[in-house]
Amino acid sequence: MSNPILKLIVQRIALGIVLLFAVSVLIFVGTQVLPGDVAQSILGQSATPQSLANLREQLGLNDPAYMRYFRWLGGLLTGDLGNALTSGLPIAPAISGRLANTLFLAATAAIVAVPLAILLGLLAVRYRNGPIDKAISAFALASTSFPEFFIGYLLVYFFAVKWQIFPAISTVFDGMSFLERLQAVALPATALTLVVLAHMMRMTRAAILNVMQSAYIETAELKGLRPLDVIRKHAFPNAIAPVVNVVMLNLAYLVVGVVVVEVIFVYPGMGQYLVDHVTKRDVPVVQAVGLIFAAVYIILNIVADIAAIVANPRLRHPK
Amino acid sequence: MSDELDFLSKAVAKGRLSRRDFLGRAAALGVSATFANSLLSSAAVAQTPVKGGMLKAGLQGGESSNVLDPALNLSQVNFNFGKCWGELLFELAPDGSLENRIAESIGSSPDAKTWTMKIRKDVEFHDGKTVTAEDVVATLERHADEASKSAALGILQGIETMKASGDEAVITLKEANADFPYLMADYHLVIQPNGGKDNPNAGISAGPYKVTVNEPGVRYGGEKFANYWQGDKLGHAAQVEIIVINDPTARTAALQGGQVNMINRVEPKIVDLIKRVPGVTVQTASGRGFYPFNMFCDTAPFDNNDLRMALKLAMDREEMLEKILRGYGSVGNDFPINEAYPLFSNDIEQRTFDPDAAAAAYKKSGHSGSILLRTSDVAFPGAVDAAQLYQQSCAKAGITIEIKREPGDGYWSEVWNKQPFSLSYWGGRATQDQMYSTAYVSNADWNDTRWKRPEFDKMVIAARGELDETKRKAMYRDMAVIMRDEGGLLVPFFNQYIDASGKGVQGWVANPAQEMCNGSALILCWLEA
Repeated sequence: MSNPILKLIVQRIALGIVLLFAVSVLIFVGTQVLPGDVAQSILGQSATPQSLANLREQLGLNDPAYMRYFRWLGGLLTGDLGNALTSGLPIAPAISGRLANTLFLAATAAIVAVPLAILLGLLAVRYRNGPIDKAISAFALASTSFPEFFIGYLLVYFFAVKWQIFPAISTVFDGMSFLERLQAVALPATALTLVVLAHMMRMTRAAILNVMQSAYIETAELKGLRPLDVIRKHAFPNAIAPVVNVVMLNLAYLVVGVVVVEVIFVYPGMGQYLVDHVTKRDVPVVQAVGLIFAAVYIILNIVADIAAIVANPRLRHPK
Repeated sequence: MSDELDFLSKAVAKGRLSRRDFLGRAAALGVSATFANSLLSSAAVAQTPVKGGMLKAGLQGGESSNVLDPALNLSQVNFNFGKCWGELLFELAPDGSLENRIAESIGSSPDAKTWTMKIRKDVEFHDGKTVTAEDVVATLERHADEASKSAALGILQGIETMKASGDEAVITLKEANADFPYLMADYHLVIQPNGGKDNPNAGISAGPYKVTVNEPGVRYGGEKFANYWQGDKLGHAAQVEIIVINDPTARTAALQGGQVNMINRVEPKIVDLIKRVPGVTVQTASGRGFYPFNMFCDTAPFDNNDLRMALKLAMDREEMLEKILRGYGSVGNDFPINEAYPLFSNDIEQRTFDPDAAAAAYKKSGHSGSILLRTSDVAFPGAVDAAQLYQQSCAKAGITIEIKREPGDGYWSEVWNKQPFSLSYWGGRATQDQMYSTAYVSNADWNDTRWKRPEFDKMVIAARGELDETKRKAMYRDMAVIMRDEGGLLVPFFNQYIDASGKGVQGWVANPAQEMCNGSALILCWLEA
């Protein structure tokens, strides 16, 4: 490892932190311009002017926006996410359990989806333009084209209602064994896998095919290597950068974009938690969750960047 | 035992088949009378509650922002869970009467202003303390305090003083109120140690289950409280669990897959499909909730009673009920009360769709041009469709309705009770007086039809203080007729609660007060052995 790589990595991380601050401002501004206010949303139809005024006073909503922002940022830097406006309970413990659930579901789906997608991509290249390639592409594209709620309900209908192999709802809680958890998330993880599979598979296929045009691949073929070895040893390593990029993009999606699947399978993850609090204008919670989502996104992108840098021999061995 | 005999013997136990008919059917199946009789007694045993086990409900209406404090209890999940761990002074019985719980008896002074509740002696809180009159008074004090933000604040505002003396709680009211005991059955008024003033979220009361799991928006659990004061009667399962399932499809799938034993809020459009699922029973209860079209009686053009009458006559209530609620409800009659209320008079003439009379009244009103009706998805399920159906039935009477679809966000703050003609919902109240005083007296905060009639206000107050039930009933009838013919309220229908129970669930008793046997399904039901 030499300096340019280290410098690039440090640069990326610093950039990520700056971005995170920018995002926090954006989130704050976004939550401020939403119509209505927290007090009105909490009290709903039963709000009277007096109770509204009381609640606003109590929640500190009468302070100017920038003061609330800096108060929150200060707390954040000391590890305090604040209290939810609606319940008055601290946010951090509530979020940590939810975040763990979300990461567990994302990890389960990723462990199945990523190797499967890459393997299918390699196979598609090996048998390119043949029936196997066509079948793989057709299956992956079809499963991606269906909206995720449709796939979700289809899985529930067959696996939970008709054959009763897996539970229809994926409620997980403390005290469940690992196997029980796995069984609970089996259906949502399958649904997510089907949703993200095609994107990664197609990108793997395209990236490798791109490399396959190169002269050195022809050399490898001419010296008599088996086709799969050519792909595995010579083509794939040079196609890693774009593949890692698309994998990271999909991992980020698995963490931040699964609200619909969470709702269908009643999975206690971050998405549902965020939606509940957005509807109640619970600004501290929305900001905290938004920031965590942004952090996940930025971190995964940094990892992708770094992987691309490390995979690039010209950067690894500078002249 | 053959399936048919099994089925028949259970039908007898449930009172759906007479004993004589059963023996006749059994003989037809070639079974001796002695054996048939023994079958009957075993089925009767099956009808007595089975103790133990775990009963699970999958419910809509829970959010991760919920807390256990009964004062802030607004969503369905907390309402149902509150009945598991909480105990009230009174409970609304299925026939509309009151069942005494922590209050052993209640009596009033002849002017209906001073009420004395005797507190039951042998009731124990989950933390081992005994429930006292002081706890009861402290609970009422907390809910009557503005700072608690209690949803029961409104019904306690009429209280002047309250004090505990010995085993009695004595409440003095500012004005006479014959319905006071009904107000004490409000589900927010869960009796807590020291009124919950120390920690309202502790989840400690004297209900049949102790809180063991409290994961807002995800799941709640309770285990049987060994010292529950009427342990034989309620709380048959050893454990109860509520899983929050806000998605209707997921809820029905969970019931079909057997992960839960009962669900709430079955959508009318899928009821017929659910009915066909083996083991699943659809449970309906006609409720007090209704979906009104509100007109402001003091705002043009709705300040003209001929126009209001034209708009009422142009409503095809039957069609509305059939298309919007799929028949799961009953037609309204333009006043906010139906037969689910005590002291209801069922001899008031039903208003029907009459386009000719509507056209005549419309002509008489002298109004011309279109009338703006505001609606939104959040007003009630199907509110946008309802507005469109109404637009079509009005067109038949020559009345032009212009529909404005408002965003759900801010509908309750910007449109409802602000704009002169809009759709809304009311959940209904425990008594007629509560419903009228909440929304149909001149100074009510939620007078969403701007119905301001000093003589009507006087009738409401007079009826409230009348302890003679026959006279009260007549008064309420007069009020209903005035509302129906002159009010700004257009009621197409009252809705039904549609719940469903799964295989082997017994003991369900429909209650018009609320869904899920008035939230008590988990403590009333048991699983067949």
